[in-house]
Amino acid sequence: MLKMTHLSKVYRTEVVETYALRDFNIDVKEGEFVAVTGPSGSGKTTFLTIAGLLETFTGGEYHLDGIEVSNLNDNARSKIRNEKIGFIFQAFNLIPDLNVFDNIEVPLRYRGMKAAERKQRIMESLERVGLASRAKHYPAELSGGQQQRVAIARALAGSPRLLLADEPTGNLDTQMARGVLELLEEIHRDGATIVMVTHDPELAARAQRNVHIIDGQVVELSEDPRFHSVHAVADGAHG
Amino acid sequence: MFAYYLQLGLRSLRRNPMLTALMVMAVGFGVAASMITWSVFRAVSGDPIPGKSSQLYTVLVDNRGPQYNDNGEPPEALTYTDATALVAAHKAAHQTLFFNVAPSVLPEGNQSLPFIADGYATNADFFNMFEVPFEYGGAWRAGDDDGRAAVAVISHELNQQLFNGANSVGREITMDRHSYRIVGVTAHWDPKPRFYDLFSHNAFGDPVQLYLPFTRAIDVAMDTSGRNNCGSNTDFGVGREAWLHGECVWVPVWVELPDPAAATGYREFLTHYAAEQQRAGRFHWAPNVRLRGVNDWLDYERVVPPESRISLMVALGFFAICMVNTIGLLLAKFMRRAAEIGVRRALGAPRREIYRQFLIEAAAVGLAGGVLGLLLTALGMFGVGLLFEPEIARLAHLDLSLVATTLLVAIAATVLAAFYPTWRAAQVQPAWQLKSN
Repeated sequence: MLKMTHLSKVYRTEVVETYALRDFNIDVKEGEFVAVTGPSGSGKTTFLTIAGLLETFTGGEYHLDGIEVSNLNDNARSKIRNEKIGFIFQAFNLIPDLNVFDNIEVPLRYRGMKAAERKQRIMESLERVGLASRAKHYPAELSGGQQQRVAIARALAGSPRLLLADEPTGNLDTQMARGVLELLEEIHRDGATIVMVTHDPELAARAQRNVHIIDGQVVELSEDPRFHSVHAVADGAHG
Repeated sequence: MFAYYLQLGLRSLRRNPMLTALMVMAVGFGVAASMITWSVFRAVSGDPIPGKSSQLYTVLVDNRGPQYNDNGEPPEALTYTDATALVAAHKAAHQTLFFNVAPSVLPEGNQSLPFIADGYATNADFFNMFEVPFEYGGAWRAGDDDGRAAVAVISHELNQQLFNGANSVGREITMDRHSYRIVGVTAHWDPKPRFYDLFSHNAFGDPVQLYLPFTRAIDVAMDTSGRNNCGSNTDFGVGREAWLHGECVWVPVWVELPDPAAATGYREFLTHYAAEQQRAGRFHWAPNVRLRGVNDWLDYERVVPPESRISLMVALGFFAICMVNTIGLLLAKFMRRAAEIGVRRALGAPRREIYRQFLIEAAAVGLAGGVLGLLLTALGMFGVGLLFEPEIARLAHLDLSLVATTLLVAIAATVLAAFYPTWRAAQVQPAWQLKSN
């Protein structure tokens, strides 16, 4: 589903080159629920934005759903984002001027979907996250947990193949976080591929597989997050 | 998506009322200043007879010579002698001559006092050449010119005044104690500038009220009420006949020449005519003639007042400053929404959709500015008199075309001003925006 090979991302200024990702390798299979962990500044979010085609990379290869994306233009990248990827952000990133219904409608509008189908999908998504009665509410009228549920509904409405979540519970209290996580697990059980960036070990433990990143490299892969043995998978990479 | 983006644009306008008000005011004041001065400029500089202006020429012959003419240019009208001779030669497809008259008109029934009406003593070709529209009847026939007939054409306005707008063809009108049979009533006709009568400085004068045959007016010794230019070295002679056949110029002559070849032919004829006058001992200089088309004539006579051009340039400069301010305001407005742009990009909006969304939003600002501009333009029409002479100022008016132009200019200028802010908005990197959130 998502395969990065020897991928690198370099930020250049006149005096310095900074590697955000270096010789980065990862292969996420369809239907997997992968947690990406690592300390602050390790490159987790950079990985996620490149995975979500929000950012370009400097070298290496990236195949998403079998498509090599490095040479795609803005239109093609936008189309893939719109049709194949759903995003869930730590800060929810709802548009404050739009109500819940209109927020969820945004990606469907860009897909050119007809009004009736849009409405049906939006209501189904809202039912799924338990917020059907809040369709006309504005984000400011909802709690943090509810806002994140709306963001999940927005991500789900387009039936994406891949769900990318960046610290989805980072701004939530424990109870709300638990609810959101249960929702993600339910979505995964229904067959979605989920890649979740988090620095919360407890959250990562709920994923099927853990990928640990340090200094822009994958240094740990574990099928079972309860094992904590460190073994580098990238050539010559050590944490 | 257009309706969706328009809806988003209008919502965005409501979100920052202060910023929106500033932008709308900048556009509104800028476009209003431009439209007010434009309305004057277009009135004084437009083609007064589109479609035919390329076929009409005024005829000028130098009867003064290099010592007394205007820097080598012939006088702006002809003598009676030259005018009648050239028209009688029938060398053009159509030819007309005229002079201004202001007879005393006596209304029927002696119930009202006589009044002075402005008109032209001309010939039958005048109406056809200048495309005068008729409400009732038509022009008199060429035979009436030769027969020196006592016939007249009156204007829609005079017909309204004398006959309450009824069909007055066949009725009599008394002018300077002579009776004339009305053969036609024109529809409202008032080309601006009145290109054919620049000699008497009537470019923006009141509409003409009546017309009668040139030959008849001469017979009844009607004097010109227009300009009579005898130059500085002309012997007036004594009495009307001496004046009539002297070297004073007071008769404009126009010819209709359908194509450039005909114009070339007529210019040769005119040169030949002047050469004949030289041979006859009347002119002591080489032929000096001109054939000026409508637009050439308007330029030569400097019909467009310089203050009209200057005020338009000043207003356009003001508009440009307003639009530069609008660019800054739009930039501030759009960049405040960088987070929203980032989200939209993440959710699948390609850059072109960001362009569409924000340009449509700018168009909504432009539309609102255009509506304000319309109101200000309507108000500004009352103040035009402060800038221009009354006869120029009254030409400025708010009609449908000016309404459409105001709205279109406001929208187009705002959309143009929005290109840079929109480009900046489309460059927002979604990854950075989402990370920073």
